[in-house]
Amino acid sequence: MDHILVAKNVSKMYGNYTALSNISLNIPKNCIYGLLGPNGAGKTSFIRIINQIIYQDSGEILFDGEPLAPKHISLIGYLPEERGLYKSMKVGEQALYLAQLKGLTKPEAKTRLKYWFDRLDIADWWNKKVQELSKGMAQKVQFIVTVLHQPKLLIFDEPFSGFDPINANIIKDEILQLKEQGTSIIFSTHRMESVEELCEYIALIHKSEKILDGKLSDIKKAYKNNIFDVGLRVQQNEDTLMKNLEEKFNIIGPKFDGEEHQLDFKIQLPSEETAGILAELSKMANINRFEETIPSANDIFIQTVNNKDNGK
Amino acid sequence: MVSKLGLIIKREYLAKVRNRSFIVMTILSPLLIVGMIVLIAYLTKINSDEVRVVSILNESSFFQHQFKPTKGISYLYLDGISLDEAKDSTKALEYDGLLHLPNEKDAEKVANSAYLYTKDNPNTTIIQQLESVFQRQLRQDRLQKLGVSSDQFSQIEQPFDLQLATFDGEKSVKGINEIKAFIGGGFGYAIMMFIIIYGGFVMRSVIEEKTSRIIEVIISSVKPFQLMLGKIIGTSLAGITQFTIWLISASALLLLAVTFLGIDLGELSGSSTAMPGMSQYASMDSDMLMYAREILDIPWALLIISFFIYFVLGYLIYSSIYAAIGAAVDNETDTQQFIFPIILPLMLAIYVGFFSVFSNPHGPIAVGFSLFPLTSPIVMLMRLPGGVGEGGVPLWQLLSSIALLALTFLGIVSLASRIYKVGILMYGKKPTYKELVKWLRYK
Repeated sequence: MDHILVAKNVSKMYGNYTALSNISLNIPKNCIYGLLGPNGAGKTSFIRIINQIIYQDSGEILFDGEPLAPKHISLIGYLPEERGLYKSMKVGEQALYLAQLKGLTKPEAKTRLKYWFDRLDIADWWNKKVQELSKGMAQKVQFIVTVLHQPKLLIFDEPFSGFDPINANIIKDEILQLKEQGTSIIFSTHRMESVEELCEYIALIHKSEKILDGKLSDIKKAYKNNIFDVGLRVQQNEDTLMKNLEEKFNIIGPKFDGEEHQLDFKIQLPSEETAGILAELSKMANINRFEETIPSANDIFIQTVNNKDNGK
Repeated sequence: MVSKLGLIIKREYLAKVRNRSFIVMTILSPLLIVGMIVLIAYLTKINSDEVRVVSILNESSFFQHQFKPTKGISYLYLDGISLDEAKDSTKALEYDGLLHLPNEKDAEKVANSAYLYTKDNPNTTIIQQLESVFQRQLRQDRLQKLGVSSDQFSQIEQPFDLQLATFDGEKSVKGINEIKAFIGGGFGYAIMMFIIIYGGFVMRSVIEEKTSRIIEVIISSVKPFQLMLGKIIGTSLAGITQFTIWLISASALLLLAVTFLGIDLGELSGSSTAMPGMSQYASMDSDMLMYAREILDIPWALLIISFFIYFVLGYLIYSSIYAAIGAAVDNETDTQQFIFPIILPLMLAIYVGFFSVFSNPHGPIAVGFSLFPLTSPIVMLMRLPGGVGEGGVPLWQLLSSIALLALTFLGIVSLASRIYKVGILMYGKKPTYKELVKWLRYK
């Protein structure tokens, strides 16, 4: 597969503190790649190395097949977690300045800024000073500046922090749109909810080490433990039913709603094979729900980190 | 790369000169300075215009009409009243003092038993004036007893000035060393002020980038060193703009004040203690010419070229340290402990300059401090008006001073940029000196 970024055994120390140890990642082109991990895991250090703000102590990074070099800076767009704008500068002027630092010419930057300012509905703010802007407004300006030079690789570090839900949605849609247009995106966060909707690939970084990476759907498959979510419509006595069930299956967390005659529980199966179970169950009661529980990214995250910490 | 540096310089320059307080300071400072000079000159004038009155009760037959009114003091002769009455009336008329000369046989005795009565501590000018009258009269009397006539006495009293010349036979004048050092000192002082004011601007601007969290956005596009350099250059260009405006507007205002308000600046230099020799010795036209020639003889081209070299290197050294401090801390209050060690060599240079270099421009202290890189920009400039080579700064000293400064510049800038690079991404803590040293080793 074609990769926008390949990291091979990248390590980084700050004095005696290890920020990254032997991280190897393959980030495919034209996808959203989630870089996950708790605070202080080393995500930001890795991202700063990609942006050539700091340098790895050892290991190699390839950008689009070539060793990472200063010329690649203009092909990368970076929205850092700690982000801000010059308070006393006007919004438009500032956006122009930052765009020019990324290598755009002034007229080019102006045309593209006009387009984006209209698109995100902030054209009125061009001549305002940043200190008059709300936090969400400033974040929009920062987002525009990050994507303006049409980089091949976009890196978003906690992009939704500071946004209200409405604006967060707008930005999310823009990110998806950019992906559609062929941009590769690295999305760093410790918030798992946003990962599920956006990322196709993830890597989990914990205490400077990579503990898991791959396609999200594959990881989920690997983390499946054959637990199914079952709902039954109960006609007869629920106690006898429960007894029968518990004799035959491994039942987890049964819950009975007497008014609705509804019994909900999880069931642990020895394999993925479900045909026999369904047959047995349908003899006992009406099945109104039978669903495989797929672990959420959050579950996987917590489980992996715990396993790691317990030395498994 | 160059164009990015240009962009940064432009932004820093515009951000500075558009800043409201910067504009206010640019306009207000010359007004304040000229206002102060005019006020001091005015007060000095009032002070010297004020006439003090001393009443004299002379019961002797000596010292008659010896007390002649001068610019600052006039005398009022009392006659035929007692000492107590004289005291009362002097007090009632609010005169500044009463001089009583009792009736004695000879001038010596009169002088020895004479008293000056005043309300509180007497003014020193009055005492000096009165003493000099007594002294002159007594000396004349004593010489007369030895057979010297009053004509001969006046001849003896002619003042004397020693003539000065250099070994080349060129005539010289007193105080010229001080004047030269003063001119050099002016350049040195300008460098110090510039470093302190605009170094501080650089530091605050770094802190602003850190606290507003724009820093990481910018250094993902440019190298931290470029940003630091651009900031230093942009700020100093703004500083040069401000300095130039100050220079032009202050001179214009001063010219206006002198022409329209009739303030005599000569009175100022006469009363200032910085150059005690000058006004006194410059009274004669030929001396004035000599001063003019000496000042023209100052190697201006050398001085100005050296000023630029020392200014650029010195300013870059100090402002990169300021930038590193700004990067290391999170807010301005944390900077104090780091700033003091920077200001120290600057202050030292100025004090050493004024106390040691003025009187002995080529002595060991002057040589030492003009070689030491953190003080040389100021001290060497104080020595340079004497020229280079014979009678001035030996060429090797000038060259090694500049070489040392240049080496220090490279060393300090590389150290400072390392601290800067690490510091700008460290939020929320104030580092210790030990941590700063550790940062130097980060890659």
